Amino acid sequence: MSSSTLNAARPIAAAPERYYRRFAPTERVMHALLMLTFIGCALTGVPLLFADHTWAGTLVAFIGGFRAAALIHRVCAAIMSVVFVGHVLRVFIRALLSEDWLGYFWGPNSLVPNLKDGQDIVGMFKWFFGKGPRPQFDRYTYWEKFDYWAVFWGMFIIGGSGFMLWFPTFFSEFLPGWVFNVAMIVHGEEALLAVGFIFTIHFFNGHLRPEKFPMDLVVFTGRLPEHELKGERPLEYQRLVSAGRLQSLEAQAPSAQAVLYSRLLGTLGLTLGVLTILVIIYSAVV
Amino acid sequence: MQAPSSVRTLVIAAVAAVLLMVPLAVSAADAAPNDTCMMCHGDGAAKNAAGKSITVDAKSFAGSVHGQMSFKCTDCHSDVSADKLPHEPKLKPANCAACHEAPVKEYLATAHAKARAGGNMVAATCSNCHGVHDIQKSSEPASRTNVARIESTCGSCHGNDAVIQKAKLPGGNIVSQYHDSIHGQKTNGKGPAATKAPTCTGCHGAHKILTKNDPESRVNREHIALMCGSCHQQVYSRFSASQHGQMRQAGNSAAPTCIDCHSAHRIQQHAGTQWQLDVIKECGNCHQDFIATYRDTYHGQVTQLGFTRVATCNSCHGAHDVLPASNPKSMVSPENRVNTCRSCHPGANANFAAYEPHGNPHDRVGNPILYYTRLFMQLLLAGVFTFFGIHTLLWLIRSLKEVGKGRGGHDGH
Repeated sequence: MSSSTLNAARPIAAAPERYYRRFAPTERVMHALLMLTFIGCALTGVPLLFADHTWAGTLVAFIGGFRAAALIHRVCAAIMSVVFVGHVLRVFIRALLSEDWLGYFWGPNSLVPNLKDGQDIVGMFKWFFGKGPRPQFDRYTYWEKFDYWAVFWGMFIIGGSGFMLWFPTFFSEFLPGWVFNVAMIVHGEEALLAVGFIFTIHFFNGHLRPEKFPMDLVVFTGRLPEHELKGERPLEYQRLVSAGRLQSLEAQAPSAQAVLYSRLLGTLGLTLGVLTILVIIYSAVV
Repeated sequence: MQAPSSVRTLVIAAVAAVLLMVPLAVSAADAAPNDTCMMCHGDGAAKNAAGKSITVDAKSFAGSVHGQMSFKCTDCHSDVSADKLPHEPKLKPANCAACHEAPVKEYLATAHAKARAGGNMVAATCSNCHGVHDIQKSSEPASRTNVARIESTCGSCHGNDAVIQKAKLPGGNIVSQYHDSIHGQKTNGKGPAATKAPTCTGCHGAHKILTKNDPESRVNREHIALMCGSCHQQVYSRFSASQHGQMRQAGNSAAPTCIDCHSAHRIQQHAGTQWQLDVIKECGNCHQDFIATYRDTYHGQVTQLGFTRVATCNSCHGAHDVLPASNPKSMVSPENRVNTCRSCHPGANANFAAYEPHGNPHDRVGNPILYYTRLFMQLLLAGVFTFFGIHTLLWLIRSLKEVGKGRGGHDGH
């Protein structure tokens, strides 16, 4: 493995390399929308959790007051909900259309955890301590699956509690009053978990770790170079080769423009996310 | 026949002389002593041995209440005699009590008089508020003690930072605070309220100004509600019937009175954002558990961020008529609660109103559901961040080592 793999975007300038499609356009758009609406909700929601700090009032005033912040929060939440429902529908429609619907949920292309993920966790910890080779991964690693299910769970918890707090008169038609107290606690704590997780762990796993620093553009461009597919997801690569499907996934290298826009979007997300984390840490310490 | 012109001239001269003599004779009797004084004190450049001006403005004295009553200088400066001039360099202070016995008696019991008696000559005496030779009736608009000018008269000390610091006047620059208050805005404004709104003396009295710690003082804690109520009668009757008012009547002097929420001198109209936000903190000074749980709600978070429109304490509990939830008349009693919620949330029903606005997730016995919800969430957060924190840290160390070796850190090699 050459050190050029340190930077995912660098190979476009180097010798021409084969690229393969990893994410469909729909998935890329969904991730971008999820990312932007998540940041929108975080920037307008986190100040409430730290309302006793001066920066929080300043930030909300900068956004245009609490009503503007509330509006942005709800617009982002609504878009995010549509993306989420759209994703779930898409998964089930594709599963139904697939010849092997069971394999769709329970195969190497699925995000459903399996025994190998458990073995991989143990394997990674052995590798951390130099006690074994780095595990061989397929299409989705266990940390990517955790990211996915964390968001999935978060959608129900934060989204569900959020809608209760957004439409309390509607929900109180059939829910007792204490549910709203629970919703308030759950919404804030789970949001803190989501923000804390995405802006640190997901950022590190996906973008900031030395192999990817400062960011991995695959989720924006949708394609990754051959050496990454071979190196990071060897089981998937071998599977695609032996199934004779690799060819069908071959794609053009992302255009310079696509890389530029991806970098801008990635930089925006990473910057706002890291700033949010710094402010949270500052508030927790001070 | 006509009298000779010389005779006529003589008669006219005599009549004129008599006519002229009358006023001269009158003034000779009354004003002559003042003229004698003014021989020296009428000179605009006159100074005493110490170099201090001794000028008395005759015109200003003539226009004063005492001047209009044709007082002689010696009426007040009784230790000066026309027989012995020039008089002693140091005269006794004018004895106002010789005529104004009652107000001076009141004054002598006050904070000002006591401070002077204690050697603090900055403290106000009669002349500091009323003037010296130019004293006017307080009904005169130009008078220092006219309602319109009281603020600046008191402000010459209580609004003067240098004096306040030097004399350590209580409360700081209270006149500046008053000036910006709703009362100060009214008295300094136009319209009928200008003369009706209280100025300093409206609350503190004119001569009998006692410190707030004096049980006799009008601004003593025990008398505040009654004093404010002398104008704000409806508020007073609502407050008297409230929990706070009842506690006060039962002798609990720690229970709030008007100034605890409204302050003494900074009183603002309740529509002001800052006042609405500040009064939450006032409630929280006593009701600490409730402000803590209020801050956990969206209402409490938004107000803490510095915005109003969402519910504050008085939105649900009322202001002057605050009553405990156990009282059926209370806005938060089981009978009234839904209606109280509906004042902002028109669609609220019984379930909505059963939301616990002061639910305490730290109270395991009182709120087990909230307690365990919060506990679960915190364990979840702690678990996720602990596992992935360690995972990330170990990964980072390992990856940095790989990079150091010149390897990419990709797996499978």
